[in-house]
Amino acid sequence: MLAFIVRRVFQAIGVLFAVGIIAFSMFRFAGDPVNQIVSIDTPAAQREEVRRSLGLDDSVPVQFARYLGGAVRGDFGVSYQFRQPVSDLLAERMPATLELAFCATVFAVVFGILMGVYSGLKRDSALAKLFQTISLVGISLPTFLIGILLIYLFAVTLGWLPSYGRGDTVRIGWWSTGLLTSSGLLALIMPSITLGLFQMTLIMRIVRAEMLEVLRTDYIKFARARGLTTRAIHFGHALKNTLIPVITIVGLQLGSVIAFSIITETVFQWPGMGLLFVQAVQNVDIPIMAAYLMLVALIFVLINLAVDILYTVVDPRLRSTIRQPA
Amino acid sequence: MDNPVLSVRNLRVEFVTRRGILKAIDGVSFDIGRGEVLGVVGESGAGKSVTGSAVIGLIDPPGRIAGGEILLDGRRIDNLPPEEMRRIRGKRIGMIFQDPLTSLNPLYTVGEQLIETIRTHMPLSASGARKRAIDLLAEVGIPAAERRIDSYPHEFSGGMRQRVVIALALCVEPELIIADEPTTALDVSVQAQIISLLKKLGRERGTAIMLVTHDMGVIAETADRVAVMYAGRIAEIGPVQEVVRQPLHPYAQGLMGAIPSLRGEAHRLAQIPGSMPRLSAIPAGCSFNPRCPFAFDRCRVERPEAITRGKHPVACHLYDSVPAAAEAVA
Amino acid sequence: MTVSTQASSTAQNLPTSRIGRFFDSDIWASFKRSKLTMVAAALTLMFLAVAIFAGVLSPQNPFNPAELDLLNSRLPPIWEAEGQAPFLLGTDEQGRDILSAILYGLRISLLVGFLGVAFSATLGIALGLIAGYFGGLADTLIMRVADVQLTFPAILIALLIDGVVKSVLGGDLDATTILAVLVFSIGLSFWVQYARTVRGSVLVEKNKDYVAAARLIGLPAPAILIKHILPNVTGPVLVIATINLALAVITEATLSFLGTGMPETMPSLGTLIRIGNNYLFSGEWWIVAFPGFALAALVLAINLLGDWLRDALNPKLR
Repeated sequence: MLAFIVRRVFQAIGVLFAVGIIAFSMFRFAGDPVNQIVSIDTPAAQREEVRRSLGLDDSVPVQFARYLGGAVRGDFGVSYQFRQPVSDLLAERMPATLELAFCATVFAVVFGILMGVYSGLKRDSALAKLFQTISLVGISLPTFLIGILLIYLFAVTLGWLPSYGRGDTVRIGWWSTGLLTSSGLLALIMPSITLGLFQMTLIMRIVRAEMLEVLRTDYIKFARARGLTTRAIHFGHALKNTLIPVITIVGLQLGSVIAFSIITETVFQWPGMGLLFVQAVQNVDIPIMAAYLMLVALIFVLINLAVDILYTVVDPRLRSTIRQPA
Repeated sequence: MDNPVLSVRNLRVEFVTRRGILKAIDGVSFDIGRGEVLGVVGESGAGKSVTGSAVIGLIDPPGRIAGGEILLDGRRIDNLPPEEMRRIRGKRIGMIFQDPLTSLNPLYTVGEQLIETIRTHMPLSASGARKRAIDLLAEVGIPAAERRIDSYPHEFSGGMRQRVVIALALCVEPELIIADEPTTALDVSVQAQIISLLKKLGRERGTAIMLVTHDMGVIAETADRVAVMYAGRIAEIGPVQEVVRQPLHPYAQGLMGAIPSLRGEAHRLAQIPGSMPRLSAIPAGCSFNPRCPFAFDRCRVERPEAITRGKHPVACHLYDSVPAAAEAVA
Repeated sequence: MTVSTQASSTAQNLPTSRIGRFFDSDIWASFKRSKLTMVAAALTLMFLAVAIFAGVLSPQNPFNPAELDLLNSRLPPIWEAEGQAPFLLGTDEQGRDILSAILYGLRISLLVGFLGVAFSATLGIALGLIAGYFGGLADTLIMRVADVQLTFPAILIALLIDGVVKSVLGGDLDATTILAVLVFSIGLSFWVQYARTVRGSVLVEKNKDYVAAARLIGLPAPAILIKHILPNVTGPVLVIATINLALAVITEATLSFLGTGMPETMPSLGTLIRIGNNYLFSGEWWIVAFPGFALAALVLAINLLGDWLRDALNPKLR
């Protein structure tokens, strides 16, 4: 078990390293750091100065090492647009994105599992068919369309919810939260649903499919042959076996929720890292793009690792060492 | 037979598919006496497993029981409401399946699954149920039962797992066990152990066993009586010695002739030409007639009912008012 | 003694030609049974036809400035009071007919979608074949890259590649180049599924006798791969492709919505939605609603078809 964890950690570091190379390549070669700092008619000598001060004369591996070293310390260079350290910009926006991602995931997981289990157990009921339709819509509608639709309905037409921004936030130390104010909470509703809808339908479909698969197994048939109650079979046996693979999926979804927040934040003008990234892409602000890439990679890798470990804890087949069969 | 534990009369089971209605079982009747072992034998697709599933009430749509009666201890069980049928399952009729690995829920310990079954049907406390579970495991031959009760299914070998399955089927003392190919998924060396375990337990507890299998050797060794099934009907049913030594139905003769024997001189294994018809294409008249070496005109037109000619029932026109032909065959 | 044999297929009147067998197969039967799927298929075909013939069908070419008249701007759809023919679905702030814009936009959306899928599939299948057949270093390398790429959602990768390529190419790009970059980015984001599936199939087929036989008679590797192994993979690949098509269309729409996709001079449905979004609050809802509806209907139709195809090709459900 320990060997397994160590192996996974090494894999994670490998992925981060690979991503680091990509980020560095972008940082160093796709943009021109010098041109961003000086103006067009700066004399050549001064350009040389700037080059040297930025360390662009050193060999590539050295620059790479310096970049990585900086990254580990949280230094990702300076934004071309804002002339501020990228890490400051990211830190300022991170709470907004993480809160949004968290709320969206809670929405997706709770409703996804509930609807999925119901559709699996009562597959021919009217409600299950309704859920199927919702799931098809959720998978087909692009995130930004859902956002626009919600804004039109609840902000423009009904005027119940705000159409942009986070509302009032409360600072707690370094973190700023919208969960403690009513306007903050109201502002969270539509973006969370928008961000979480795709994941919710995904989870629902997977839970339903898994449930149907489990209900066809021999051990369920044997449980019925032993006269166990329907409740015991559905919620004791089927549900537990269904949710195990679902945990992996849900964990991995958490990662993509953070990435999809790019779109939601754009639609709702949510001041998070995603919006920052989009603006960076539009303005070719390479340092932010590279830093965002590394940060997202780190988050994903950590989540994957956590899910793998969780899986071994939960599934006894992976847990035990092979004992001698009697 | 008087006072049989199970009585099946004219059972018909159909499957409704978009290609039409398939008759998986078409008029099957038999009795099982208390404590006796009835073997149900036939090729794959003959309807043996469906019969077992029908008896225990686990025929799922698109299948359904289309006619006939199933009586347990003289009372009908095929038309019971689901909740009452559930109470019969496990408590009065048990069933074990072919593959012990997939029969057990991999996420629960063997003990948890046993205790759950016990407490579903018996008003025992948790510790009482646990004690009973340990005793059962010991009885089916699991060594160090008090420790192994907390093991997971994947921690047992195949033969041990099937013993656990048997323990689960027996734990609340049913009157009848349906064993659907219980040894097919096991190594040959283990098969004998499991079969003798089943026999022993059946005898000690007076439990009847309906042993469904395609392995004639197991039948010959274990069963008291045997029913030979073909294309959803019973071709012949009788005491195992009689049917094996002197089979009456041409199909049964073909089956017995196909058993390899270590004794006697080596001869080519007799084969029955052709194969069992698919459910969508069952021949008219006697379903065996295309492959039967003795078929005559009546066989292609009229379906034979079971006739008892002194020995045991056989469904074949040869034994019906044509003594000369019958003498030539028997 | 009568000895009978199994009836041959011709005796049972089963069709023997390939077309004949398709129409007798389970797939066609399940297709005919599902009204929803037939509607979806009809819808998709309609979209395709409309997209191809956009030039002929639409009342106006909205991207030819000569055809625009500012007097026609901001007209609501024809069923409202101030609506005017021939602008069935209304016009935007420059007098562009929304219906025409949708038809042209549909063409671009579908074009990028199909090209993107073609690119992903080709790349993925090729890499999958190589990884599976040759194994060793090629295999490890390709699979490692695949693993790293799979850690990220496709939209992020597409955004990144799009941004980086544009910055490398620099300056103002014309619409066709942007389209090519989009196809490239989307294509690169989705190859992994194809590669993995194909690799898996290759590993299974590689050990079969017919491959050994082909090698024995001296067929070169590419021939074996393409002629023998590839046909066995078409089923799963087709399923992946349909899901991929929907995703590609959504990804392109998203990129365009975010401003990094097709420009206003050659807009896709996503671009139209982005433009229309600006008018949501001023009450001109039709500028965003109809393109949005068209996009949703398109993706829905593709998804329904894909669902049906998946169920029909799944051996476990038959």
